[in-house]
Amino acid sequence: MSRLLEVEGLETRFFTQDGVVHAVNGISYYLDEGETLAIVGESGCGKSVSVMSLLRLIPQPPGKITGGEVWFEGKDLLKLTDDEIRQVRGNRIAMIFQDPMTSLNPVLTIGYQISEALILHMGMNKEAARKRSVELLELVGIPRAADRLDDYPHQFSGGMRQRVMIAMGLSCNPQLLIADEPTTALDVTIQAQITDLVTRLRDEVGMAIIWITHDLGVVAGLADRVIVMYAGFIVEESAVKDLYADPRHPYTIGLLGSLPRLDEARGHRLTSIEGLPPDLIDLPQGCPFYIRCKYHIERCATENPKLEPVAPGHKIACWVDVRTGRGRTE
Amino acid sequence: MIGRAGQNPTGVQESALDSENRVAAGKQDMLLRVSELKMWFPIQRGILQRHVGDVKAVDGISFNIVRGETLGLVGESGCGKSTTGRAILQLYRPTSGSVLFNGRNLTTIKGGELRHMRRQMQMIFQDPYASLNPRMTVGNIVGEPLEVHNIGDRAERLDRVRELLAVVGLNPYFINRYPHEFSGGQRQRIGVARALAVNPSFIVCDEPISALDVSIQAQVINLLEDLQEQFGLTYLFIAHDLSVVRHISDRIAVMYLGKIMELTDRDELYRNPMHPYTQALLSAVPIPDPAIEEKRHRIILEGDVPSPVNPPIGCNFSTRCPKVMEICKEHEPDFRDYGEGHFVACWLYQK
Repeated sequence: MSRLLEVEGLETRFFTQDGVVHAVNGISYYLDEGETLAIVGESGCGKSVSVMSLLRLIPQPPGKITGGEVWFEGKDLLKLTDDEIRQVRGNRIAMIFQDPMTSLNPVLTIGYQISEALILHMGMNKEAARKRSVELLELVGIPRAADRLDDYPHQFSGGMRQRVMIAMGLSCNPQLLIADEPTTALDVTIQAQITDLVTRLRDEVGMAIIWITHDLGVVAGLADRVIVMYAGFIVEESAVKDLYADPRHPYTIGLLGSLPRLDEARGHRLTSIEGLPPDLIDLPQGCPFYIRCKYHIERCATENPKLEPVAPGHKIACWVDVRTGRGRTE
Repeated sequence: MIGRAGQNPTGVQESALDSENRVAAGKQDMLLRVSELKMWFPIQRGILQRHVGDVKAVDGISFNIVRGETLGLVGESGCGKSTTGRAILQLYRPTSGSVLFNGRNLTTIKGGELRHMRRQMQMIFQDPYASLNPRMTVGNIVGEPLEVHNIGDRAERLDRVRELLAVVGLNPYFINRYPHEFSGGQRQRIGVARALAVNPSFIVCDEPISALDVSIQAQVINLLEDLQEQFGLTYLFIAHDLSVVRHISDRIAVMYLGKIMELTDRDELYRNPMHPYTQALLSAVPIPDPAIEEKRHRIILEGDVPSPVNPPIGCNFSTRCPKVMEICKEHEPDFRDYGEGHFVACWLYQK
């Protein structure tokens, strides 16, 4: 497989009245063609901002991408002109969002909204765009697709709206689909429908996916590789199996321990992570997880560890080897 | 400490009983008995506000809660689980049916008598941002139930609030701060402290952790478990997340479109789900382990939940059920006990 996307040292800041919010702090990762990468983290960890930055969708001001490179199909997306980036958005890279109600325009018909991208990016005429829209709605499993084209978003249920969003996302055969918490607002049976749909389409169409979520359960059945983010940093990166079988960063271990599991035995107590994530305006000097970490050593308070490989395909940003409880370099 | 006012009918020795004993001893020690509870909201149209139909949010449900246990109530959005919680506490007055709390029928009492009963039953809400008044200090929020119920004088109330904050793991020093100064998890702790203020024996937890991050969720779940043990509390725990419900509950009721489909012990429900809806629901919950996920078989339900204004004839689940039969579309199955308190409403088992 060849490289599709390469992010180098991406850094995004928000300049607010209260101070500078360090939302994304120099993260680097890659994505191969046809691969599914999950970005996991809690609210405010920078997972959404990091992918919004790829497409330069963060509001500027107050936001600003202050550093890094994003290589996609031989171009640095951060250096493109506004017209050029518009050719990439929705065309080569599509995005679906958490809340399908707020990301669809309530006063335009579904048919119009899907056709818009087809006319704009694929140069189709109205007739052809309409025909293709029906095909797309059928592809994502909307019954009576031709009849529903002239319906408005409010006439669809939450799960159906998310299907419409996916149809819009797929309309221009993107190489990369970015899904930002696409199932968070949905019920669990509808969530199963949508994840099932996305994996089926991925295998049929062969696109790559970046799936952003806070739900480690969804990731397990979906992703090839996982990135765990905390306070704007990547703290662990690994193949999906290794992450669950052999998590190496204390934060990942904490997250997995705090999840109640459907298959757990009775009387098991959750191991919560005490405390709160740090203030992104005033990041600590050392490791951002230091104050909440059970494994911390002296070095953690003063030096922020870099993301380094600990096993093939497995990287962590941590001074400690959690298996021994001692520093990794000792 | 909390029990100092002595209004809590559940003694500390109660919590010493393990959950199995509590359930076994249940026949004698029933705290809550809900029968045929219906909560319909009328739909009115036109200038004459003509009554044109009803939203049958809760449509004839029955269950019991034993003192000291946690009953989990799960279901998807719009299934009526929150309405059930509110109708039990008489925040909505039910359309019909009865709610017996400590032997008193709450649906027939009102005014001061009802207010008096409310001292024993409290609620924790889903959204810790919306359920705390932003203009009140933490001290006033937590102390308000004490004021409403005329418990203690000012100084005593202040002491009590400090004590409550400590119990839920907040610094009593925060007493003069406002809700916006706290994180989501801390706000939920304030909500818990407020619910505990009047020494209730029964708390309805309405999705108390859904709005919180995973690591914070675990903190709040652990807190609720500790408090239950410490004060012998009884919970009705309403949630849509089956993993969470399984973790915290002794017994679980599964709701769909205003009705309870299945009710049984938590382990039995996961080991032997009988209702096709429960089976689908369980199979849809992701397990955080790729090795297990790879082998799991998912039952994908077709379509969406029908409208509670116009529920299907026969079984409510018949429009989406993978095992639907002719009879399901015509007649509603009974909610029956198929052994050891495993209640199911399904024609597959009812001959």
